[in-house]
Amino acid sequence: MMRFIWPFVIFVVLAGFLYVGLHLNPREVPSPLIGKPAPAFNLAQLHDPSKRFTAEEMKGQVWLLNVWASWCVSCRVEHPVLMALSRQNIVPIYGLDYKDKREAGLAWLQEGGNPYVLSASDTDGRIGIDYGVYGVPETYVIDKEGVIRYKQIGPVTQQSLHEKILPLVAELKAK
Amino acid sequence: MNKVLILLFCLLPVVSYAGVAKDLAEDPVLEKRMVKLAQDLRCLVCQNESLASSRSELANDLRQEVREQMQKGMSDQEIIDYLVARYGDYVLFDPPVKSYTLLLWYGPFALLLIGLIGLVFQLRNRKTKISEPHLSDEDAKRAADLLNT
Repeated sequence: MMRFIWPFVIFVVLAGFLYVGLHLNPREVPSPLIGKPAPAFNLAQLHDPSKRFTAEEMKGQVWLLNVWASWCVSCRVEHPVLMALSRQNIVPIYGLDYKDKREAGLAWLQEGGNPYVLSASDTDGRIGIDYGVYGVPETYVIDKEGVIRYKQIGPVTQQSLHEKILPLVAELKAK
Repeated sequence: MNKVLILLFCLLPVVSYAGVAKDLAEDPVLEKRMVKLAQDLRCLVCQNESLASSRSELANDLRQEVREQMQKGMSDQEIIDYLVARYGDYVLFDPPVKSYTLLLWYGPFALLLIGLIGLVFQLRNRKTKISEPHLSDEDAKRAADLLNT
């Protein structure tokens, strides 16, 4: 009997590891930017390129930076969630139109609605690199001191919104 | 006359030489250095491809970024640090030895050690288990008889 114990134990351990592995998402790379100041930028606004938008001017507010693009398919999945969130006036959402043509970006917002207070155009994707963007959409929660607190890779869902983002926003706002 | 015209038109491409887009391999030394560095870096979009071989848009941008930084005279290590600061250790195909990568680096050796210890114990056990069977004279005779028939 005893001789079967060890293979069985090894099997259980291995199966345990594999089971946990089934539920991990290898596409989600933990960002080294969590807990670090949000990289500074100074970009033209999408709707009015003569105006600028900087991360600096958001100091003192908890805000979301949502990286989107008109060519991004998953952004369409996320869009209704952002629209609903913007109507609730809980937290301001700012957009970063990543590697997009201005007209295409504007047309997209025209068509699907604009959940953003404003969007900045990151036409060449430089700021995206600074923020470690590798799969649009991505959403950053940034606190009053301008520190990145959370990064959502992929679309914001009702689930991630209610389990992670909104509780975190409430906590950061109370500080 | 017509023939002359045709001939002239045939020569047109020679004159209408369009400006060629700047070749990325303009500086072959730099390009080689970039490719060498990019081979050790992971593309975040197609995660099992290196930055050097990936065709993704982001990989393109990052290669360009690396090129520009090299032109600025940054060392390979500085460029790696730049990328790690943005994308984490994940961009490195060769993960650094840190507290949370100890298992990754030394786990295989630990397993080997466990295996060796197990083997030694097993062999010792065998030695005590397998002792020479002692045959009585009678048994030896029977065995000999059986073998001779």
